[in-house]
Amino acid sequence: MYRSGLPLLIKVLSFMAIAASIAVEERSVQVRMASPSRFGDKAFEWLTLAMALAVVVLVILIGWQLWIGSSVAIKKFGFHFLVTSTWDPVAEQFGALPFIYGTLVSSLIALLIAVPLSIATAAYLTELAPLWIRQPLVSLIEMLAAIPSVILGLWGIFVMIPWLRDYPFPFLKRLFGWTPFFSGPIYGPSMLAGGIIIAIMILPIITSVSREILRSVPNLQREAAYALGATRWEATRIAVFSYAKKGLFGAVILGLGRALGETMAVTMVIGNTPQIAASLLKPGYTLASVIANEFTEATTDMYLQALFEIGLVLFGITILVNLLAQLLLRTITTTSATRAVQ
Amino acid sequence: MHLERADNHTWRKIKSALASTIAFVSAILVISPLGLVFFHLLVNGAGSVNWDFLTKLPAPVGAVGGGMANAIVGSLELLAFAGVIGIPIGVLGGVYLAEYGSARINSVLRFLADVLNGVPSITWGVVVYGLVVLRFKGFSAYAGGLALGLIMIPLILRTTEEVVLLVPNGYREAALALGVSRWKTIVHIVMKTASRGIITGILLALARVGGETAPLLFTAFGNRFWNHSLSQPIAALPLQVFTYAISPYDDWHRQAWAGALVLVTGIFCVNVLVRILTRGHAASVV
Repeated sequence: MYRSGLPLLIKVLSFMAIAASIAVEERSVQVRMASPSRFGDKAFEWLTLAMALAVVVLVILIGWQLWIGSSVAIKKFGFHFLVTSTWDPVAEQFGALPFIYGTLVSSLIALLIAVPLSIATAAYLTELAPLWIRQPLVSLIEMLAAIPSVILGLWGIFVMIPWLRDYPFPFLKRLFGWTPFFSGPIYGPSMLAGGIIIAIMILPIITSVSREILRSVPNLQREAAYALGATRWEATRIAVFSYAKKGLFGAVILGLGRALGETMAVTMVIGNTPQIAASLLKPGYTLASVIANEFTEATTDMYLQALFEIGLVLFGITILVNLLAQLLLRTITTTSATRAVQ
Repeated sequence: MHLERADNHTWRKIKSALASTIAFVSAILVISPLGLVFFHLLVNGAGSVNWDFLTKLPAPVGAVGGGMANAIVGSLELLAFAGVIGIPIGVLGGVYLAEYGSARINSVLRFLADVLNGVPSITWGVVVYGLVVLRFKGFSAYAGGLALGLIMIPLILRTTEEVVLLVPNGYREAALALGVSRWKTIVHIVMKTASRGIITGILLALARVGGETAPLLFTAFGNRFWNHSLSQPIAALPLQVFTYAISPYDDWHRQAWAGALVLVTGIFCVNVLVRILTRGHAASVV
């Protein structure tokens, strides 16, 4: 009765409430004074606050756990951990340089492939495509984002790598074999294959964030360009891209954050060999994949400590990159929001 | 002079058409992996998804046949456990951000939630290993479920906040004007109005963590048999796909494709459900 009668009353009374247009602060004070269940209100507010504070607890928890998990290794290896490349669990010598190198290089390859494609696609979706094609394309990109990493890795092992080994890799070698980047024998699992699979993983996120950024560009910008006689492409380049530059950069950095932490698909195609080789056709190893592969095999305490420290390094890098991305994207949304208000 | 200007105009038009074409080709390239992955999943996996695969345990190492029934059930158990942790914390935390708090504190919390969403999933595995597996001396379904549940918290928190903010203020004012207490207004009016959106967010988070492998590698660990206790290692579908994919046996590769097909089908069913949920009410606020 109480529940079923309420909606109708709400409709009637909402008009009165809006008409009264009570200030938010004033209202809540009045209600609190009159309400018979002040305890319930307080209790609910504190309960939801406790749940919201979970995000603070989680950030601290991750940092703390990774720190204490690797404290002995940090003390023993110090700064050398980051700059030496011996990874010898038997001799208990650990240096993370090949993994840091592999993570950075594979992510860089991924960005080189994914950024132009994603931004061009985002521009196509907001500026250039016929209207009827936009929504279906967006849905397909969302579906690509929903494919789990491990399934892309499976496809990478059995479909992408054999194809790369047979066609594009020999072609690249013939064309650019004289440079150090494409020299040496062709294995299949390689830094380049890892970069390509990461690129596929980060395409959807860069595309959809860039699309949001381009959509937030005021129409006035476009109209001004068209009024000056700009073609569609000129309007996009001059009025839209230059306006959205910072936001697009934020989208790219966000993609970089995802690329650095990408685990399963990369582990399955990068070859998992801790070496620093100039040739992109040679296998590599990343921070995330060494954790995935060796964590359960860590037989000694120091080995486990070193892997925890790898986790700490990975967490540190991704936190910094994500902070940067959020700052870039946040200023965009606040400025566009304030503009909308004005 | 006149002619030159016309030429220039044509050239600019050609350039515009060229840019549109490049953008179109890029869009095709971006979605092509989706088509390719689906095609190969169907070609390689469809033949192996049969009754045995869905109802039998894995065959002993080296033997042909068997299925992934334990992994399918294991994934569902892990998701249920993850939901118990992730859903209440995420939903209530999202409600706080939308309904209470000061603008400054809330923007910090929102910021942290976004940063947490960017933490690599393997990191969660390492953290839960330290928190649970080391402490209780063993891989367990609890640890796996916890890892997935923690990943769900910031995801659900952000989507809940967004949909709760969409509820018009008139609804709140009307209830408050009737003398309904604030928390009852939030639970019975605001959250009820936003329930479709909140459920959508929960489903998307479940679909996302349902495909996660990295956080389970050293928490749930995997199991070739039925799991009889949550304090024991448990199998999960993505984990099984990974183990089989990197194994040297042809029959396991065949089953990895089948498992991947089942997993993707499950995830896409949830996504289609979400689409139906949101499309039906696109006209209304939430």
